[in-house]
Amino acid sequence: MKHLLIAAGLLSATSAIAADKSQLTVYTYDSFVSDWGPGPQVKEAFEATCECELNLVGVEDGAALLSRVRLEGENSDADVVLGLDTNLIAAARETGLFAPSSISADFALPIEWKDDTFTPYDWGYFAFVYNADASAPANFKELADSDTKIIIQDPRSSTPGLGLLMWVKAAYGDEAPEIWAGLADNIVTVTKGWSEAYGLFLEGESDMVLSYTTSPAYHLIAEEDASKAAAAFDEGNYLQVEVAAKLAGTDQPELADQFLEFVVSDAFQQIIPTTNWMYPAVTPAAGLPEGFETLTVPENSLLFSPDEAAAVRDQALAEWQNALSQ
Amino acid sequence: MAERAQPVSPWPGIGAAALVATLILGTLAAVALRAETSSGFSPADWAALKFTLTQSTLSALFSVLLAVPVARALARRRFRGRRALIALLGAPFILPVIVAILGLLQVFGRSGWISDLLGLFGLPPIRIYGLHGVVLAHLFFNLPLATRLVLQAWQEIPAERFRLAAQLGCNGAAMFRLIELPMLLRILPGVLAVVFAICLTSFAVALTLGGGPRATTIELAIYQAFTYDFDLGRAALLSALQLALTAVAAFAALKFSRGDGFGTGLDRAIRRWDGGTPTLDAFWILTAATFLLLPLASVVISGFAGLFEMPAMVFRAALTSIIVAAASTAILLLLALPMAAAVATGRYGIVELSGILGLAASPLVIGTGLFILIRPLANPTTLALPVTALVNAAMALPFALRILVPAARDVVTRHGRLAISLDMGKGTFFARVLLPRMRPQICFAAGLGAALSMGDLGVIALFADPQIATLPLQIYRLMGAYQMQAAAGGALLLLLLSMGAFWLLDRGGRWHAEA
Repeated sequence: MKHLLIAAGLLSATSAIAADKSQLTVYTYDSFVSDWGPGPQVKEAFEATCECELNLVGVEDGAALLSRVRLEGENSDADVVLGLDTNLIAAARETGLFAPSSISADFALPIEWKDDTFTPYDWGYFAFVYNADASAPANFKELADSDTKIIIQDPRSSTPGLGLLMWVKAAYGDEAPEIWAGLADNIVTVTKGWSEAYGLFLEGESDMVLSYTTSPAYHLIAEEDASKAAAAFDEGNYLQVEVAAKLAGTDQPELADQFLEFVVSDAFQQIIPTTNWMYPAVTPAAGLPEGFETLTVPENSLLFSPDEAAAVRDQALAEWQNALSQ
Repeated sequence: MAERAQPVSPWPGIGAAALVATLILGTLAAVALRAETSSGFSPADWAALKFTLTQSTLSALFSVLLAVPVARALARRRFRGRRALIALLGAPFILPVIVAILGLLQVFGRSGWISDLLGLFGLPPIRIYGLHGVVLAHLFFNLPLATRLVLQAWQEIPAERFRLAAQLGCNGAAMFRLIELPMLLRILPGVLAVVFAICLTSFAVALTLGGGPRATTIELAIYQAFTYDFDLGRAALLSALQLALTAVAAFAALKFSRGDGFGTGLDRAIRRWDGGTPTLDAFWILTAATFLLLPLASVVISGFAGLFEMPAMVFRAALTSIIVAAASTAILLLLALPMAAAVATGRYGIVELSGILGLAASPLVIGTGLFILIRPLANPTTLALPVTALVNAAMALPFALRILVPAARDVVTRHGRLAISLDMGKGTFFARVLLPRMRPQICFAAGLGAALSMGDLGVIALFADPQIATLPLQIYRLMGAYQMQAAAGGALLLLLLSMGAFWLLDRGGRWHAEA
């Protein structure tokens, strides 16, 4: 009798699954899934092609996202993770939780991209954003010598903050501590996240704020306000490349691959510029939205490989803490 | 020790305390057990500990020292708008951190109102960033709370004491020495411990106002251990350190705050005959009001334009927040009332201690611990709202207990023996004597709990589902999407809702405070 019941239970369970559409769960950062982010449009566009249900789950930011995946380990609910950047890739790879997937595309990144596991979906340059009627320093040394006030984010709690740490290290190497010491009197304050810093800058608390070269595009396109500009530094601006990857423990490997193919397709890429306010990793057939051509494009770009980034991270953080704690 | 008869049973309270302790320590254990390797304390952690202790001690001392004259002035004076002022003074406490920071800096920042004013006279802007900025910000959050707690105690002094003192010709100084000072010595250690514990877990406020990494607190180190290093062992260790510090502070407070209450009174409205120095009282009230209301005014002004630009989901989030706040308040009272009754019977300081731990528990640790514990059983995301309500209740519990315990103690002392001699059942005493007599305190605690839950981001960010958001989370999302104006509108809406909930609930209980 008992066996019969179990069999009946199993049977009804399988038929229930067959009746339901297959589910794909994607973990990403919170601003991606918010109503103003790419999430809602991405869900609609993918579900139109996949005969499945796409569940987007938002987790604070990129670093918290990786922590969540590590916390859940091999039996994570996620099939795909979208929203890590190059500073997190080495740690992500080391967990062994991610699986290769051979996605290829004609990437429009300023650098060459070769990675069989992590697929880029957008990118941008870190830059200091300022009011266009003011003048901007041409590099970190000029900034340090000026009395321009800046607000930055804490590398321990914020992705742009960590990006700046890498930027100074990539541009100056062993000279980085002196650069930070020089910048100390320019830094008004250090915030937990991007939102606090950008909010304070808009209130007039500083002359510049660490953000992206694409930030002025938001003000221009969404608010028809051309008053913000981003500074190109002649050392080069550090890149942020955001990536997606399939989890090794997924129970939907084909669907996950299909999603990653979708991520580098036009349907996904054309959503990115005006919702995530970053450059698409593959330029859509229709080109970039109007307004993007006005953006500052730095002549040089800087980026540590994931392994280099992992190797210098702790030392760079210690230098930063020392220089700014004096 | 011989069992003395008690009018009310301590067991439900002990059960509630055990539940809270399990939530806080159990989640900590869950995180610790999940850890793979741990690096232990680093020199940077010791620096964080030192800074955390310094800023919390200073913040607690200043908040309480300033709360005494402000509360005394409010207790002695009756003026139009006094009630509204007292209600408004509660507002800073319930603002989401990010909104409070922006409001504070709009007033005290480099390009804030005060610096602009100084600029008119050719003076340089004020320098707010540093340890003094951290203390100032914590004063903004905690002065109102400390004032309310002290004021509450002031209003619980039986009116007969003041009548008698006036009849005997006591002047203001004598009245202070004979009546008010003993009351203050009894309650101030507890208030100090509460404010100290709140400031202990400060993170974004301390970092932003502190001006950089020298203002690293333990809570930031916990966050770093979780997300930057994924070192769960260190996160658990640091969180245990935070709890231990709070336990020490709470023990010290309980030890020093012994002393008898004022005994019986006839619940007459309090009248004061020690007119004293109206100018001094006016000075304290005006100073505190200006300091606390200016940043709130800036929140209102910058939010006003955004109020009409908010997308519909902000209102949906507001509704979710109201539901979470209601549930959280109900849980809070279910936990706090039996606990207060247990503490009032006099032998269960440990119950009070477990209640205060909620203050020092890192939301990140509780949230992650719950996530680890829930995940094998159910999808944590679907439980986001109940979990948020529960954690918000645990976080508000210490405040509720500070409000409820002194009153419960008084009721048990005053009416306990009579109830026992009448052979009144313990349940009957609880429902028919204790609860009705504690109505003002219950309503104040409920109001505070509802407002806190409304404004707190809590653990929802760890469990979030794109479809479900509370108002604070929605405000963060708006800011993250460059929509600063709509976010400011959301902040104003949140302020109105929180104040509304507080006003409604607290009003229900103010039968003894005349206008």
